[in-house]
Amino acid sequence: MVALTQTKRFDSLELDCGVTLAPVDVAYQTYGTLNAQRSNAILITHAFSGDAHAAGIDPQTQQKGWWDSMIGPGKGFDTDQYFIICSNVLGGCRGTTGPGSLNPATGQVFAMTFPVITIGDMVRLQAKLIESLEIDRLLSVAGGSMGGMQVLEWAARYPDRVASAIPIATTPRHSAQQIAFNEVGRQAIMADPDWNNGNYYGGKLPGRGLSVARMVGHITYMSDESMRQKFGRRQREDQGIFEVESYLRYRGSQFVDRFDANSYLYITKAMDLFDLAAGQQSLTAVLERAKTKFLVISFTSDWLYPSYQSQEVVNALRRRNQDVAYIELTSQYGHDAFLVEVDEQTEIVKGFLHRVTKGVNRR
Amino acid sequence: MTAARQSDPFVRDLLGRGDYAIFSEIVAPQTCVLDLGCGDGELLSWLAENKDVDARGVEMDAAKVQKAIAKGVSCYQGNLEECLADYPDGAFDYVILSQTLQEVRRPLQVMNEMLRVGRRAIVAFPNFGHWRVRLAHLFTGRAPKTTRFPHEWYDSPNIHFFTVDDFEILAARENWTIEKRVFLDGNREVKMLPNLLAETAVYLVRRHA
Repeated sequence: MVALTQTKRFDSLELDCGVTLAPVDVAYQTYGTLNAQRSNAILITHAFSGDAHAAGIDPQTQQKGWWDSMIGPGKGFDTDQYFIICSNVLGGCRGTTGPGSLNPATGQVFAMTFPVITIGDMVRLQAKLIESLEIDRLLSVAGGSMGGMQVLEWAARYPDRVASAIPIATTPRHSAQQIAFNEVGRQAIMADPDWNNGNYYGGKLPGRGLSVARMVGHITYMSDESMRQKFGRRQREDQGIFEVESYLRYRGSQFVDRFDANSYLYITKAMDLFDLAAGQQSLTAVLERAKTKFLVISFTSDWLYPSYQSQEVVNALRRRNQDVAYIELTSQYGHDAFLVEVDEQTEIVKGFLHRVTKGVNRR
Repeated sequence: MTAARQSDPFVRDLLGRGDYAIFSEIVAPQTCVLDLGCGDGELLSWLAENKDVDARGVEMDAAKVQKAIAKGVSCYQGNLEECLADYPDGAFDYVILSQTLQEVRRPLQVMNEMLRVGRRAIVAFPNFGHWRVRLAHLFTGRAPKTTRFPHEWYDSPNIHFFTVDDFEILAARENWTIEKRVFLDGNREVKMLPNLLAETAVYLVRRHA
């Protein structure tokens, strides 16, 4: 399966902060075929560092998509049956408008003049994309981590436009601990002199800060057990450092090549600001209008997005007797589990989507 | 009760179980059913397929929940005693509890919650008054162990040992309306002396209006 990135331009997008971005570009990929009734479309929403390349092989880099194990012919999100869409989020750095884009008003890169964005803004832009593809109602929206936040936002804001929702390893709001880890990442970037208040485009990148931020991130994505198994106390004889140090340094430096430091700041802030129940009486009230069928998944060893956060969503839905399936899958991979535990997720996603499809066809 | 069963003492089975066959007769089409302790969702997926019910399940065991969801059942992983409180009043047409009432910590509270969240409760439980249990107890002088109750006392999931009569007395005290009662010995329907002859009892219960 070859993955091709397309871009759509919209005249403008009103943001939660009151600013209007004009114009706005969205980079996206699609896999599979939209049926004649336009009823088999599934939107995949990516996590913090993801992009539109969710599946297939990129013809230029030869790299597989970030969720290629779950999306494709015969896979959990079966491209023989479903039309899959994945777009890069607003504020991103992989084709969608973000702080690294040119501000048409000034002719300069936005950098830190880019407006504050929210998960709600990301979803509003996705809704525009879905509308432009002439899809009235998505069969499903699915994603893990920050992708799961977007899934919840979709179900809350557009209850009539999503038949089902699959939020994985996610939360209706960040805890102090989650905000704290994001803040360490942001401070690492801003402490790098090369960050230069965000004005580094065309010059030396704040690579040291960004790679340290990524190292912290990777620690939070693993578990004590998975790190013990993967690295233990083994050392790299050639470099005289522990395996785990070598791994984190490698992942950190690799990240600098593909991610923009200012996007890191804006997107982590959007995650921290996300609160599904904000301004409402309760989570139950927010999700009350949702006719959506839910499949909620969490993982036993995920301490960054612990199961109680998923259960909060599940229980809010149960209080209105809404259709929600929930499972806490056993895994030792921590938060990374949603990318790693393919077999279990494939089985349940397939069964769930099959049921949702039957319900949609009956309407 | 179907005419076929009145003439034939043997009830058909469904998925290898007589109590499931009785549930499937009781549950009306296109209703909303909650199965507490739904296992891998066999009964619910049968009801969804054959009676077009809106099928929901609760199950503690993650491996079973995984199978249930894979079958297309809307299954929630959680403790059935703790989860009931979250459901609104009258959310379901039927709440099913199969062979589990004797395992829960607070059977009366569970029954009352089932009758709150459901218009009707369908309960199947093993009758500890069955003659084989009585004999085993009488002759061995030890905690009863039969083919129906094969567990040693120290690793049995059963923590309440009650009988058909015990349930009837509780139902009268609580003022529940019993709309149907079916007693089984294996797959044979028991018509007399159920407290002595029934291995399994199935009750359709409604809260008194």
